[in-house]
Amino acid sequence: MSKVNRFFSQLLLYKSALAGLIIILFLVGISIYTVITIPYEDAILLWRAGEQYWLDNPRNALPSWINLFSQRKLPETIILTTERLQVGVSKAIVPTERFSVIKIKFSFNYAYDDFPSEINLFFKAKFNTSSPHLTISWVKPNGEKITLRTLLVSKGEDSYYISNDKVLADDLKKYISNKINNAIPYDPPITLMLFAQEDTTILSPDTSRVMKGDYELWIDGIVFETDVDLDAKLVVYGKIYGLAGTDHLRRDLRIALLWGTPIALSFGVTASVTIALIQMFIGAVSAWFGGKADTVLQRVTEVFMILPFLPLLIMISTLYKFNIWVLLVVVIMLTVFGSGVKNYRAMFLQIKEFPYVEAARAYGASNIRIISLYLVPKVLPTIIPSIVISVADFVFLEAALAILGLGDPLAPTWGKVIDDAYTYGALYKGLYYWVLQPSIMLALTSLSFAMLGFALDKIFNPRLKEM
Amino acid sequence: MLALHEEVVMGAPLLLVENLRKYFEIKRVFLGKKTYLRAVDGVSLSLVRGEAISIVGESGCGKTTLGKTILRLYKPTDGRIIFDGRDITHLGWKDLKWYRRETGLVQQDPFGALPPFMTVKRILEEPLVINGVKNRREREEKIYKALERVKLTPVEDFINKYPHMLSGGQQQRVVIARATILEPKMIVADEPISMLDASVRIEILKLLQELQQKYNQSIIYITHDLSTTKYFSERIYIMYAAQIVESASTSDLLQNPMHPYTRALLNVIPDPDPGNRFIIRNVPAGEPPNLMNPPPGCRFHPRCPNFIKGVCDTREPSIIEVAKGHYVKCWLYG
Amino acid sequence: MRKEHLSVKHLIMYYRTMRGEVRAVDDVSFSLLKGETVALIGESGCGKSSLAKAIIRLMPRNVSIYKGIILFNGINLMDLDEEEFRRKIRWSKITYVPQAALNSLNPVIKVGEQMIEPLTIIYKMGKREALEKAAEALRRVGIDESFIDRYPFELSGGMKQRIIIATALLTNPELIILDEPTSSLDTLTQANIMNILKSIKRETGLSMIFITHDISLSSELADKVAVMYAGQIVEFDTAERFYSNPKHPYSQKLMDSVPTLRTNKKLDFIPGSPPSLLNPPKGCRFAERCQFAFNNCAEDPPAIYLDGDFYVKCWLYMRK
Repeated sequence: MSKVNRFFSQLLLYKSALAGLIIILFLVGISIYTVITIPYEDAILLWRAGEQYWLDNPRNALPSWINLFSQRKLPETIILTTERLQVGVSKAIVPTERFSVIKIKFSFNYAYDDFPSEINLFFKAKFNTSSPHLTISWVKPNGEKITLRTLLVSKGEDSYYISNDKVLADDLKKYISNKINNAIPYDPPITLMLFAQEDTTILSPDTSRVMKGDYELWIDGIVFETDVDLDAKLVVYGKIYGLAGTDHLRRDLRIALLWGTPIALSFGVTASVTIALIQMFIGAVSAWFGGKADTVLQRVTEVFMILPFLPLLIMISTLYKFNIWVLLVVVIMLTVFGSGVKNYRAMFLQIKEFPYVEAARAYGASNIRIISLYLVPKVLPTIIPSIVISVADFVFLEAALAILGLGDPLAPTWGKVIDDAYTYGALYKGLYYWVLQPSIMLALTSLSFAMLGFALDKIFNPRLKEM
Repeated sequence: MLALHEEVVMGAPLLLVENLRKYFEIKRVFLGKKTYLRAVDGVSLSLVRGEAISIVGESGCGKTTLGKTILRLYKPTDGRIIFDGRDITHLGWKDLKWYRRETGLVQQDPFGALPPFMTVKRILEEPLVINGVKNRREREEKIYKALERVKLTPVEDFINKYPHMLSGGQQQRVVIARATILEPKMIVADEPISMLDASVRIEILKLLQELQQKYNQSIIYITHDLSTTKYFSERIYIMYAAQIVESASTSDLLQNPMHPYTRALLNVIPDPDPGNRFIIRNVPAGEPPNLMNPPPGCRFHPRCPNFIKGVCDTREPSIIEVAKGHYVKCWLYG
Repeated sequence: MRKEHLSVKHLIMYYRTMRGEVRAVDDVSFSLLKGETVALIGESGCGKSSLAKAIIRLMPRNVSIYKGIILFNGINLMDLDEEEFRRKIRWSKITYVPQAALNSLNPVIKVGEQMIEPLTIIYKMGKREALEKAAEALRRVGIDESFIDRYPFELSGGMKQRIIIATALLTNPELIILDEPTSSLDTLTQANIMNILKSIKRETGLSMIFITHDISLSSELADKVAVMYAGQIVEFDTAERFYSNPKHPYSQKLMDSVPTLRTNKKLDFIPGSPPSLLNPPKGCRFAERCQFAFNNCAEDPPAIYLDGDFYVKCWLYMRK
């Protein structure tokens, strides 16, 4: 026990080890939290669910903590629905003898400094034959009321993507141009025209400003039936979302960042530990038995060493799409006969000649006993640092494969997020958060293992240590 | 060809080595001739129960290989090894198990001889576990007894220590405890004191002596240092270039060395004496031969002061008993 | 009367490690006349190699204390700065042959090339001239000069050690420090090297410091003997007196533990092990293992001078 304590007190003498350890503990903490709160199946489902599931989220929203650092408050998403009781929502369906009158009103205060990204309206209608005929109107804080559209709602779920309404866009542009006696020289998005101050500032997207205040959206309708119900949901999409923002499919990046942690850690640790152990075993067998076993194992190793690892992996992954755990197995299989075998063999060839090994033979220890109880424990401390350091390599490998499009297309991993961002041109579009967040996680992970590994190296292999 | 001192032997000897050879194959250079390193080349010796013998030779003379071949850590190339009446020369791994119990090895470098990651207790437990002492209490008892035998007492102070926490002398005691824990009939001690400090050497030597006298342990003491053999063994074998060149009882050999090589050795070993610094000693010129290509005839002839041309360099001398129990492999006596 | 060649007085060298301060050389004094050899005897870890390195100033980087007086030809070497020491003393006046130096020969560079390095570097000598000198030095240690063109990997240990000694003599130093020059060599080879050193000593009047753990071997060269224990010299005496009548209890025990070939004596050993140089005991460092230990030994004994420079560091010899 005191040996363990001594080891730790020695380890903590190195500040880098302490820092590395803290980061690793933090990452492990995240992993445990993630695994408990979002079971893997759920995470996969969420991640694969597609846009329909995430419809309430804004697209490419920045993480919301951005607002803490900026004077300009970016809008959050506002969701108003008649399906449950909510302030600012009123719904009345008044049946008369032959028809019903529908009146739904959403009101909300908008005090952000930027325009929303989108506005959508979702319906759930219940009726027999006659669809409700609805008029959607918009009331600005100055009391002005604009009819946006009249429409028929189909049975079941329906929607009206207000911000995508081309006709409305044209109408609004004309309307505002008339009002300020100035033709708007560009095609402003609907979100801008609905929320902007209607003066000359609107003439340029750079000067246009939000008209802060209370907004209302009215849905007035009539149905020629009595047994009717209509629920509506207004989503005014913001430009920030959650802790990590969203991607182009409106998915919450938090899921990928969180789940990326346990996946990266387990991928890296499993790969590096398994590979090291198997390589060590092969090296030990090769060195201890010598002769034909040695020749065969060494030739196989040499063949594997000249096989180009990455191109081979790319080829295999083009032919078969793996999930990440199969990928792990493939990576391990391609690496177990790597150059490590040569190193271990060299180490064992030395240790094999140690007098204590000879002594063990003299009192009758079997081959397996000598390999596992005499050879391996002697090498173990010297290779633990390199195992720890190589965890980072495999975390990066996984990310690199994902970026090359060879990773698991479905697993929420950091590499996959970077891949998506890359495909979608995130940096070109200025969506830095999308690339930076997973990159920072990756860098943090490899940094922590590297720092710990180098400190361990100084302790276990004190030749490098200064007196 | 046998150089046994049968008159001393009461009944069968514990160990009988006849004409033992151990050649190591040297990897052929491309298409070259297969060559062998003849580390042990026709060695015969015997050991009686409870006896201590010394094998003395310079480094590279094959004495360590001889010890390891006797322990069957190497497969003999030729010859016979008979232990306790059984021929063990060609036994396989499984059939050797009993032999491992009956023999022990003490090596030169005590620190290297102990696995650095095991405690003294684990180190001593290993031979017991391997040789089927299943009962834990019994193992513990034997460990205590072994440590007491080598005077590492109180046992509690040592049993949980790692080798690096012990001094060189203490480490060598642990090595000896391990070699004797199965109470073997014979131990091979290969330069057991040469890496220790002067003040500790005698301590270890005395311990080995005590084991021999008190526990009737047979010991093969391999050394390069003639001066220590006198205090320890009953019989000395002088080895030169993979062969035994002279053997006799210790006192006989030291007082009346016959082989020119033995004489040279005895002549150059100093005793502490301030007069030494004024003497230029007679040292045979040259160096021991390469064992891959030993000289024809007597292997010592290129360095020998008594070299007889036409005899020593052509025919190999045979072993001759020149006095009772005193054997020499030299043409001077043939 | 020959003049005093080297005189070390109260030399101290400590160095710092992760675990504390190691008192490798702790107030050591000895001296030798021109042409004399002093044998420095001690067990491993007693600080004898550190003492050699302190004299030749090849110390580890983590030295914390280094002080005392080293008079060489009447000049205090401690007054020289690093550059002066390198230029005027090391190699040219004092050479040091470290332990296992024969392993430091590069196996694939010709012997001659390696031997002439001190000449070409320190004396800026031309290559041809230097090689001639090297050939001469080889002859002096009994090696044919043709070996200048051989490679060390072709040579035996004894050969290599002789080449090392020849190299050390190339610059015609006045003092040579030999640290365990024969420890890995065979009995006969060892005797051979001893013969060479003896004849060099006789012919050139070179002073030597001969460091060894082997007491019998030390008598092959020693005119004076210094016994070192736990960082200190506990006895310094002439060879004649020391080998027949060692004074310090440690020296006596050490002498008792030497097996002899020609005389019959009872062997004895010293129980226990020497103290760590990290935290040596306050008083006499040998007291714990000494059969004569008494009250006084709780305090560090002074050097008690018996005759001239010769002393014993033991309370038993304190005149009342």
